[in-house]
Amino acid sequence: MTAQHDTPPDSLSSTFAALADPTRRAILARLQQGEAPVSALAEPFAISLPAISRHLKVLERAGLIARSRDHKWRPCRLDADPIREVAAWADSYRRFWEESFERLDELLVELEQEDATDDDGE
Amino acid sequence: MTTANSGRLTITVQGDREILMTRAFNAPRQRVFDAFTKADLVQRWYGPRDWTMPICEIDLRAGGSYHWVLRSPDGTEIHTRGTYQEVAPPERVVSSEQFEGFAEVGWRPEDASINTMVLAERDGQTMWTATVRYPSQAVRDGALQSPMEAGMNESFSRLDELVATMS
Repeated sequence: MTAQHDTPPDSLSSTFAALADPTRRAILARLQQGEAPVSALAEPFAISLPAISRHLKVLERAGLIARSRDHKWRPCRLDADPIREVAAWADSYRRFWEESFERLDELLVELEQEDATDDDGE
Repeated sequence: MTTANSGRLTITVQGDREILMTRAFNAPRQRVFDAFTKADLVQRWYGPRDWTMPICEIDLRAGGSYHWVLRSPDGTEIHTRGTYQEVAPPERVVSSEQFEGFAEVGWRPEDASINTMVLAERDGQTMWTATVRYPSQAVRDGALQSPMEAGMNESFSRLDELVATMS
């Protein structure tokens, strides 16, 4: 596993990606109740601690959680701002389709240009 | 930059278990139909911009199936599968749609929807209409929240209170 830290992608889409996984959503739901050590977060899931750690890294990179540096157990807690950003991004169903359809608009223009080029022959 | 006459997406509920979506595209109907039904074209637009579509299999005939996979920048994959029930180019496609990997109402395997896409051309523009029919109203309402919101929605009010006390 190599972590990619080079250029952070735009924060909204990394938030979206982090939230696309059911285990990570469950972890966040648990953290709504307060900060917790990794072992407590792993408890409800039938997966290994390393697997939980990978999920936590994704959540941390997306800025959804923060982990204490100065505590032996490095408990995790929610980082509220990106989640508020998601909350404000109220209708992600719509957002998914709007962004896809903007891309489709662009594709349709490209296809028209490709057609025009084909019609020119040579 | 969006073109002046690119359409606005409308999403409304219809009856107690359907979602109705409409969107105008500035292109002839056949081209829009191709963009929704040819795998190499679907891969060029479906999903958020920085996601990829590593798998897009489409067997476009009644009884044929499809398998779409979206991959996020961090490698999370969303699988969608379904079967085509009616295929009438360039006007209409009816298919089932089922997601894998979600536990939230509206997105579980048993919440599969029946989707009807209709394309109508007028003045060189194509109106796309999609009707998504779910097994029940509860499932439809869950789907409208989107998986991430369904998973987190109930926590938001508590979180808002928390943030209010922090500021």
